[in-house]
Amino acid sequence: MYWEPERECMTREDLEQLQLERLQSTLYRVGTNVPFYKKRFEQLKFNYDDIRSLDDLRRLPFTEKQDLRDNYPYGLFAVPLRDVVRLHSSSGTSGQATVVGYTSNDIRTWSNLVARVATAAGVTKNDVIQIAFGYGLFTGGFGLHYGAELIGASVIPISSGNTRRQIQIMQDFKTTALVCTPSYALVMADTMMEMGINPNGLALRYGLFGGEPWSEAMRREINQKLGILATDNYGLSEVMGPGVSGECQECDGLHINEDHFLVEILDPDTLEPVPEGEVGELVITTLTKEAFPMVRYRTRDLTRFIPEPCPCGRTMRRMQRVIGRSDDMLIIKGVNIFPVQIEKVLFEIEGTEPHYQIIIERENHADKMTVLVEVTESIFFDEMKKQRQMIEFIKSRLAAEVGVHVDVKLVEEKTLERSEGKAKRVFDKRKL
Amino acid sequence: MTDRMLRIRNLDAGYGKLRVLKNISLHVKSGEIVAMIGANGAGKSTLLHTIIGLIRPMSGEISFLGQACDRAAVGRIVASGCALVPEGRQVFASMSVEENLLLGGYVLQKEKGRAAVQEELARQYLLFPRLKERRRQLAGTLSGGEQQMLAMARALMSRPKLVMMDEPSTGLAPLIIRDIFKIIRQLREEGNTVLLVEQNARAALTIADRGYVLEVGKIIVQGPATDLLANSDVQRAYLGREKIE
Repeated sequence: MYWEPERECMTREDLEQLQLERLQSTLYRVGTNVPFYKKRFEQLKFNYDDIRSLDDLRRLPFTEKQDLRDNYPYGLFAVPLRDVVRLHSSSGTSGQATVVGYTSNDIRTWSNLVARVATAAGVTKNDVIQIAFGYGLFTGGFGLHYGAELIGASVIPISSGNTRRQIQIMQDFKTTALVCTPSYALVMADTMMEMGINPNGLALRYGLFGGEPWSEAMRREINQKLGILATDNYGLSEVMGPGVSGECQECDGLHINEDHFLVEILDPDTLEPVPEGEVGELVITTLTKEAFPMVRYRTRDLTRFIPEPCPCGRTMRRMQRVIGRSDDMLIIKGVNIFPVQIEKVLFEIEGTEPHYQIIIERENHADKMTVLVEVTESIFFDEMKKQRQMIEFIKSRLAAEVGVHVDVKLVEEKTLERSEGKAKRVFDKRKL
Repeated sequence: MTDRMLRIRNLDAGYGKLRVLKNISLHVKSGEIVAMIGANGAGKSTLLHTIIGLIRPMSGEISFLGQACDRAAVGRIVASGCALVPEGRQVFASMSVEENLLLGGYVLQKEKGRAAVQEELARQYLLFPRLKERRRQLAGTLSGGEQQMLAMARALMSRPKLVMMDEPSTGLAPLIIRDIFKIIRQLREEGNTVLLVEQNARAALTIADRGYVLEVGKIIVQGPATDLLANSDVQRAYLGREKIE
């Protein structure tokens, strides 16, 4: 099943013509309407007429997450705020947050692209789709919601959390498609066991998962435990949200919506294209966004192109599921966390040493983050009560900074391993 | 399947040293109505004249039905199935309506003979009954709207695969404009492909599938016609929405 066969199955030649046309007008618009890009283009003495092929895009500099922060809140918008009908924000706290905006055309495009991805995963207007992604500033909930509604499916906007209620509703409303993170799908499966509910007795058939890295082994486990067909989909708020790419029922890589996103896969060190099919960092240029266009946005997500044609008939190129990051960002329960945020908090707390380790584990399918902190001797030899107070204090500060619960353990001075080169602070023990 | 009706990449064109079109890329697929919107002097007519071969491009590629045509003569381009309805009708005033139409059938007669021309003539009279009523009348005595119909019918006489129309609404009363646009839509329903250049953005985008906005020789926005109608830049500049800034 296709949502827009004339687009999803278009020939390479047609696609490249369309991409070039869209790229040329996008660059003209960002260079005219966004001061940040205007200044950059002027400094480079970049002339729009220099873009005569898709490869000419490489002459332009990248847009980094930091550029979004530097221009917080509205500095990178290409339209006046009165033309913006929706604002979203990527996970992060006040100092780190970024804001993205959408015009009414952007919302329409976005819904349409999510409809493509959801259709490819098997969703039709006959489905009852339970969206257990968080609604709110996060793009996941609303993105899937609008796309599913456009298809004509019956949408349950349940949002995340309250697992038992999720399952109750799934049972009562006869949910046929589930949208959430893959780890939450497994939490649901376990909760069903506890509740004595046999997943095979449910109407559930499809699962559309995203928001965090996962593996084939995890897919098998989900498929088996819930008796569904699990597909992966990908997106990021800086570029749009969900709908950038998604798997078809072949379950072998995510079709990128290339008529709306021009993608490059580059070596994160040299920033040159990797040979076709090799792993590199995904860099995305939006081709149709009106309010918040991005030129060569560095996603920091590592993936590779799958060059072979897909048996499903879609001609849109596939990317492998994201296999890691080219920076040190951690994704815990779908929330983006940088170790530097942890460091900042620890530095501000008296009595802690600038030595710490972050341990990440997956317990019962849920991510768990523990921070080991060295503390000065004086604290360690003091009474237990003080230690506990200290732990609670650090925990609350960390939770306020990163937005998820963090466990804290105090350790004696000089017990954490020292390295001579770059300190290895993060130990990700999750087996995906 | 790849659709190669009309495809333009990085086109530069103009007059003498004056570069009017700057790095233009666009395409038209068969069965589509594509609108080219722009103010006076944006380069819309220059674009059509370059496609039909009246102006040689300075650089860039134009291909029609998969064949490069940026160096071809007008006659060959018309013979290959591209027709232009020029701005200001340009009918032959001292000739009758039917003589004008027969001239439009010149290419067809050379290739398929007289019978084909008569057949085509009958088809045009079916599409434009008004022209049939006035077949013996001199073209110069027709009203503006009738002259526009004649110019369209004359272009269609060559059984073109692509019809390009340059400002068909210019100088016509609103009611007549509505008729003309109704006919354009009808042409598409009969399987024709139309590239429509217009200042009347709303009317053009209402019947078009896709559109491009040309501003001082550059395409600044392009996309589905419905998106362009909702695009606030387009609304402010071409659809008469109040300017707030």
